[in-house]
Amino acid sequence: MTNPILETRNLTKIYGQNVIFKDINLKVNEGETIVIIGPSGTGKSTLLRCINLLTSHNGGQVFLDNQEITAKGHDEDKVRQQIGMVFQNFLLFNHLTALDNVMIGLTKVKKMPKDKAKEKAMEELNRVGLADRADHYPGQLSGGQQQRVAIARALAMDPRVMLFDEPTSALDPELIGEVLGVMAKLAKDRMTMLVVTHEMGFAREVADRIVFMEKGSIVEEGSPDDLFYHPKHDRTREFLWKITELYGKKEKEKGARE
Amino acid sequence: MLSNFFSYIVQGTAITIGVTLIALPFGLLLGLLMALIHTYGGKISNRLAAIYSLLLRGVPPIVLLFILYFILSGKVINLTPFWAGSLSLGIVSSAYQMEILRGALLAVGGGQMTAARAIGMSRLQAIQSIVLPQALRLAIPPWSNEASIVLKDSSLVYALGVPEILRRAQQLSATTQQPFLAYGIAALIYFVLVFATNRALDYLSERTKLPTHP
Repeated sequence: MTNPILETRNLTKIYGQNVIFKDINLKVNEGETIVIIGPSGTGKSTLLRCINLLTSHNGGQVFLDNQEITAKGHDEDKVRQQIGMVFQNFLLFNHLTALDNVMIGLTKVKKMPKDKAKEKAMEELNRVGLADRADHYPGQLSGGQQQRVAIARALAMDPRVMLFDEPTSALDPELIGEVLGVMAKLAKDRMTMLVVTHEMGFAREVADRIVFMEKGSIVEEGSPDDLFYHPKHDRTREFLWKITELYGKKEKEKGARE
Repeated sequence: MLSNFFSYIVQGTAITIGVTLIALPFGLLLGLLMALIHTYGGKISNRLAAIYSLLLRGVPPIVLLFILYFILSGKVINLTPFWAGSLSLGIVSSAYQMEILRGALLAVGGGQMTAARAIGMSRLQAIQSIVLPQALRLAIPPWSNEASIVLKDSSLVYALGVPEILRRAQQLSATTQQPFLAYGIAALIYFVLVFATNRALDYLSERTKLPTHP
């Protein structure tokens, strides 16, 4: 069996009295795309933030390439260079052009010479189909374009793993497709990805494994087919049924309006 | 006579501008430091910065000016009235500039810091390359207001005997018995200076504005 790139062991996060999640054990193998689904407020986003150390955890460990990154004295900045993150609300650097957004990590963090960094940044923008928008500021880009630049910004650092925190939740419905398209392409290129999303279509088609989380624990995990067609737990079935119904309704409403 | 009046008072303009050009940047540096400490510092330093701001903003500038002047031109530190007055004004202004910058730092939002940390930047790098460039842009309009206040408050150093615009107007008024003319000219010069300052900063704000539409 291959060694996992990323592994959490009994990872636990508690805010005051609130247990956000408890004893999360998750293994991500090289080249795998794992989609985490579950109701809001079950700690999915916080889990991602704990994995790349943006939020402190209260117990358990995280391993990246078999090294414990939660160990005391581990260089957090170094860790984050190796874990790319894409946020729900894009969070592009507003004072920088698309190109500079992608370049700044290379020049400031990796200390790459400017011309080399520019070349690499253009490559990444090309990869998300936005080379022609290189000199646009975030304010001049649509939400979908901003999110694709954000993906390019994370990719430029050559991360071992990419974390996606509801990357399409803040987008207009018609812009979701272009972002999911880029992500599907990454998955096909065997980028290791951990994705929190409510896009069931994406989960079913792209994920190697789906993890269903609720109330701070992993209820069930398995291949898309297993989860969608043969869920072991009633809660999984109920959740998937509800979310499918919800999207069905949306489709109906859309149809009625047109 | 009018031109005599004018040329006498206008000689104080250089000093007024000098006081402002020392007080404003000094206050900016100090205010920025305090704003950063208040926003990103630990619990204790955060508390200290808040107290600093509260004390300085709770006392009239002229009272602080006398107190700081007393310290800065005393036995230990012995500065000229011009320098002591300018630096004192800068310290007073730093508390107000701190609040302006604090607001701007908050307006940039934590998300930008998070995004910067997520690509591996240290806190310092994130502040330097991501947060500050945006915060300073946001701060220009309210800072323009503070700049005109400092420019006008530079007249307070007249109380320390520094021969700036107001001091000279007062001397003229006393010797010629023409207070209206003397103070009127002083007011006119102040107005022109403040107007030009605000206009220049409006221009800067416009120039550094980030494009939003294609």
